[in-house]
Amino acid sequence: MTAELKSSLESTSIYLPTLATITNVRPITKMEKVFTVELPGGMSLGHKPGQFVEVSLFGIGEAPISICSSPSRSNGRFELCARKAGDLTGVLHTLGPGDRIGVRGPFGEGFPVERFRGKDMLFAPGGLGLAPLRSLIDQVLDERGNFGRVIILYGARNPSELLFTDELAEWARRSDVELLVTVDRGDATWKGNEGVITTLFPKIQIYPRDTVAFTVGPPVMYRFVIMECLAKGIPEGNIWLSLERRMKCGVGKCGHCQINNVYVCQSGPAFRYSEIKHLGEAL
Amino acid sequence: MTFYVIPKTAVPDWVDHLRKSRRVVGPRPLHGQYVFDEVRSARELDLSYPTTVIPPKKYLLPQREDLLSFRAGVGEAQLAQEGSPTVVLGVHTCDLHAIQLLDLVFSQGNRDQHYLTRRESVALVSIECLKPCGPHSFCKSMGTLGVIDGYDLHLTDLGEEYAVDVGTEKGQALLKGFGSVREGTEADHRLFNRVMAEKWPRFPLRLDFDITELPSLLSTSYDSSLWEELGQRCLACGMCTNVCPTCYCFNVLDEVDFTLSAGRRYRIWDSCQLDRFATVAGGHNFRAAQAARVRHRFFRKGKYQTDAYGLLGCVGCGRCAQVCLVHITPVDTWNELNRRRNTASLSAGVKEAQA
Repeated sequence: MTAELKSSLESTSIYLPTLATITNVRPITKMEKVFTVELPGGMSLGHKPGQFVEVSLFGIGEAPISICSSPSRSNGRFELCARKAGDLTGVLHTLGPGDRIGVRGPFGEGFPVERFRGKDMLFAPGGLGLAPLRSLIDQVLDERGNFGRVIILYGARNPSELLFTDELAEWARRSDVELLVTVDRGDATWKGNEGVITTLFPKIQIYPRDTVAFTVGPPVMYRFVIMECLAKGIPEGNIWLSLERRMKCGVGKCGHCQINNVYVCQSGPAFRYSEIKHLGEAL
Repeated sequence: MTFYVIPKTAVPDWVDHLRKSRRVVGPRPLHGQYVFDEVRSARELDLSYPTTVIPPKKYLLPQREDLLSFRAGVGEAQLAQEGSPTVVLGVHTCDLHAIQLLDLVFSQGNRDQHYLTRRESVALVSIECLKPCGPHSFCKSMGTLGVIDGYDLHLTDLGEEYAVDVGTEKGQALLKGFGSVREGTEADHRLFNRVMAEKWPRFPLRLDFDITELPSLLSTSYDSSLWEELGQRCLACGMCTNVCPTCYCFNVLDEVDFTLSAGRRYRIWDSCQLDRFATVAGGHNFRAAQAARVRHRFFRKGKYQTDAYGLLGCVGCGRCAQVCLVHITPVDTWNELNRRRNTASLSAGVKEAQA
């Protein structure tokens, strides 16, 4: 968070949003839209990959949404990918360029990208999980020389639910990105892999001691992807997750996002598997 | 220790004196129970009350509190009005311990200006408990039957008079300009010491183990079958958290007025015992089983808060036990966990000896 934004929040209320403007809306599936958001006065959000903001619509409420653009591409703007899933996102989906939303944050601990320098990066997002991981993937691609291999395994339920298909196509073209995509069930035009995301793991060879894995997806997915990563020999401390919870206040007070004793909005949403595996409520 | 003395007969004058400059709240009877409410005349005040339905927490974290107001898409923070000082009379020591925890929660990490502004305007006059307030309290077991700080003034009933210990300058200000206060004499101190020494044996220890062992007892009881048994009984009504002096979880909601463009955003007490507390927008409930929710509450009270803030999350007031329709109580729960652990380690020992 910029010093300016931070001090203005502290002097009043940690619950007071900053008014931001939507500058662009891009539908990417039937259910998901990408919103480009600009803070007032060209203020930078100053986020890390994997962090989230609380998005506010006065009269509707507030909901946590992960930032899907990388800090390296911020340029005074950031992007939010929102599925039409609840009260807030339902109304958010009706908004267009010029409309204003409230923003608080960025909140939580993101992925400490500087710690992964020199490592092979294995990304395994499922469904909407690509949105938060995109903030890290783009950062890594913008600093491509700092990392070893970049492997992306992406699974969605069906072809129409694949997010960021233009970017997937671009990653597929790059020689320095290894991309494998699968869908649970294909349709008439689908020629790619079919099956859940774990069916992609046997298709790749990795050097486990040099690989850091990242997975974000629907709750049911984590256990299985983690099992695949462990089976490949990736150490527990090098398997990173971002966990979805109901982060109502974003500031560690309201209690809704707690996993056992851990406030996800403070210690997460990005965690190493080794940090949370002993928490009974985590996965 | 030096203290002042106020004759009980002077309390009505003191209340009137305080009311000139601030709102005075305290315990008073209502429909056969006691509540904290505004004291308009000292006749309503009953400082010898057993316990109240809702703790005095409500003056620091109201059940419903506006956070922001908004108009035509622009929000503005609503902090509690400064210059509306309140004095809470007759806070029991368990509730005082609870407020010390709340103070930490809302001041550590991200400072919650809504709570802290309100807190600044509240003066706490606590009172020493000289006899158990009811069958459910277990303050002695929780170590909350006495206080050393956290109050602005602290009263001890000496029979005809109250001993008044000044904890802060804010407390000293409550005595300023009031004539019927005098310094305690040597005889008052002798009486005070006798009253205090006589009180401790009146309170039973209700936990079968020492309170310092509670966090470690819980850490070995996460997978206990007791949680499933309690989950079967629990009605998920949320009454336990509603009356708890240390519960502070809240929801945030928006309300629009008739113009549909203006309104307010407020927070309202929420409960981890309610079934949708951990449900996200997509519909997934991260704590769907009632057994898990019951366990979460007891772990927050006995372990998580201690890990995070160094203070216990339960102060032994007994309110949750009193209101629970299916008789789930902290004392029974923790004693049963302790019994099962001892039985388990005993049978493990027997097996080892037989082997």
